[in-house]
Order: sequence, then C-alpha cells, then structure tokens
Amino acid sequence: MDPVRTTLSFFIDPLKYLVDLPRVLGEHAADSVTSYSALKKENKRLREEQLIHQIRLLKFASLEKENIRLRALLENSFKLGEQVLIAELISINMAPYENIVLVNKGTRFGVHPKQPVLDANGVVGQVFRALPFSSEIMLITDPNHAIPVQVNRNGLLTIAVGSGKLNQLNLPFLPNNADIRPGDLLITSGLGGTFPQGYPVGIVDDFTPQPKRSFALITATPKAMLDRNRELMIVWSNSKPVPLISKQTMIETETAAHPDE
Amino acid sequence: MNKACGLGRIILTIALTMCLRVAPLPGIIAALNPDWVLLALIYWTLALPERVGIFHAWTFGLLTDVLTGRLFGQYALAYSLVIYICLKLHRRLRQFPIVQQGLFIFFCLLLSQLLLFWIKNIQHPSQLPLSFWLPVFTGTLCWPLVYTVLRFIRLA
Repeated sequence: MDPVRTTLSFFIDPLKYLVDLPRVLGEHAADSVTSYSALKKENKRLREEQLIHQIRLLKFASLEKENIRLRALLENSFKLGEQVLIAELISINMAPYENIVLVNKGTRFGVHPKQPVLDANGVVGQVFRALPFSSEIMLITDPNHAIPVQVNRNGLLTIAVGSGKLNQLNLPFLPNNADIRPGDLLITSGLGGTFPQGYPVGIVDDFTPQPKRSFALITATPKAMLDRNRELMIVWSNSKPVPLISKQTMIETETAAHPDE
Repeated sequence: MNKACGLGRIILTIALTMCLRVAPLPGIIAALNPDWVLLALIYWTLALPERVGIFHAWTFGLLTDVLTGRLFGQYALAYSLVIYICLKLHRRLRQFPIVQQGLFIFFCLLLSQLLLFWIKNIQHPSQLPLSFWLPVFTGTLCWPLVYTVLRFIRLA
C-alpha cells in the first residue's frame, strides 16, 4: 500500500506545512526584531563554542588515526564515517499517544526507512516512514521502539526500550546483579545494524533490584533533547564495514598521520 | 437544497478540519482535541445526503490516515461505517432537537473511537490511557459549534 500512501501524501503534505506556517512566520518575526546587542552576544558565544569544538576535533583526528592503526593490529574491521542531513521538525500533532514526529525532509532528499536520527546530544530515533516531502520519525522513547545499547564504562550489552514518556527509557533485560549504576552513560552498541556504534543514548538514573524477579528495574534518561530540539540529523551510515585493513592502507594512514617523516 | 453549495466548499471545510486535527496544541488540550474531520463529514452527510456519502467518507478517511500516519485504512473504515449509519438515519436526525442530535453524535464518535481502539489493540496490545476516550466527549460538546459554523458556510 506504500505507493498509494505516497501518492496521497502529495495532497496531504501541503496541509502539514500549512499547519506549521504560523510557527514559521512567528519565528521569522522574532528573528527580524532581535536586537543588535543580542545578536552580537550570540555571535560571541557561538565563536567560543566553535573554537572549543575545533580544538576537540584536532584531538579527534589523531585519535581516529590511532584507532584505525590499533584495529589494524588486531586484524579487526573498521567502520567508515557517516554522512548527515539536517532536517527540521514540522510541529504538528499526529497522534497524542505515540512518540512519532514529522520532519521536513523526505525521499526527495534520499531519506529511507530505518535510518538513524541524531541531534547534537545523542540518538533521537529512527526514520519510521519516508514520504516524498516529509518523513515520520519514531523516537527512542516510543513504547514500540527498542535500541541495542552498551554501558560505556564496562561494555555491558543490553536493550533500551521506550516507555512512552519523553524523558524515560527502560532497561528491562538486565539481571539483579548487573554491573550498572546510576550515572552510567549508555551508548549505541551497533548490534542490530540500524544504529551506528558509539553514539550516546542516555544516562542511567535509577537501579532498583527486584529480589523476587529475575530482572532488575532500571530506567535511563535520554541524552537527546527530545522535546526541545527543532533540528535533527538524519544519518547515512556506511553499513559495509571495511573487511580488514591491508598493509597498504596501514602504511598510508601512518604517512598521513606523520607527513613529515 | 442550495444549488450554490458546491463540492469545493465541502472539500475546503474538510481540509480546514484536517488542519485542526493535527494542530500542535499543548499537553492536555491535545488530548482533548476532537475528531473534527468526522464531525464535518457527519454534518455534510446530514445536510447534503445526495452529495456526500460513503465514498467521500472513505476518501477523506484514507487522507486522514496519511495525515496522521496511522495504519492505512483504519480511519477510512471507521468513517465509512459512521457515515453509513448517518445516511440511513438522516431523515429522522434532521427532525431531532440539537440535544437529541448531540446524543446521536456521541454514539457515532464512540463507535469510531471504539473501532480505532480495536484496530490498535490488534496491531500491538498496548495500554492506551483513559484519556484516549476524551475526544468523544469534547466532540459531542463541539457539535453545536460545528453545526452552526458549517450551516453558515453552506447557506452563505
């Protein structure tokens, strides 16, 4: 039935943008009356932020090279980087009881279902349905959504299931003696193939052992600002891992890391 | 019947109700937002039964499915069924005072919501909150408003 839905969406999508129009106009109006001093202050803040990020990136580049080399030594595969597309939220209320949001990029931009979606702080969800001019994104907190995660501290693997509340994830499959404690960072484990490995998902905020049951009661707070962010990033991950880094590439990366040698 | 009232006006009003259906409202008001599309469809069926019928209900139901991203055809089914009942009873309903009409509308909205509830539970049994049924009540309360506004549009 998907072609029919796609065809009908050509008639329906203008309505979605129409509903969103008052907000867009309001934002334009707010932008055009922002004072000079406020803009200047924002500009200064952004400059400082950019400087900090650039310095971090400098370190990141060398760390990545090191990681490639180490993985080559372990004869392990290495995943290539990801490509992102920035999409903006369309504020319409599709179904009040499901955590599904709509963004303004669709198949016209190459978006396809099951793509991971991130924001500046962490994983937001995945593309649930892609229409030509918009796509529906299921948030990680949707009751029907589960995401394979890993505790960053010790690599413990588990699955985070949505709770239906925008600020809570459940970890229902860990035993009572699991090595996990409040404050632990959960990152994507890369298992399951939908989400690329290593992106922050949430922070564990409660661990209650249930002595009479086999699994503990663990909840986490998503890192991504699910109810506040307007800009989301749709990710194309290169799903084909490079099988094994050959000697040739290893030498190349070494020379790239130390060009003056 | 008013000859001047064309299909354009009907489509326009239903498009407007579709916008209302997905309007971004804060928290509790979003849970109260009634099914405006169905209310408008019921009005047009009662007012112009020879022009608006099950086919329209089915088409606009499909469009609502696309709009709200539901399982394809669930609104189409619910709307067609409700509109069929309205078509069958439209002669009697027109004679009713507004309170009695409201009672009928209440059961129409309840039927539609019940169908949606069943379909949702077949897909994946989930505990929908009790507030899932609130739009039925607000929809009934909004009926006089929908009736007055659409009547004004029809006769304008």
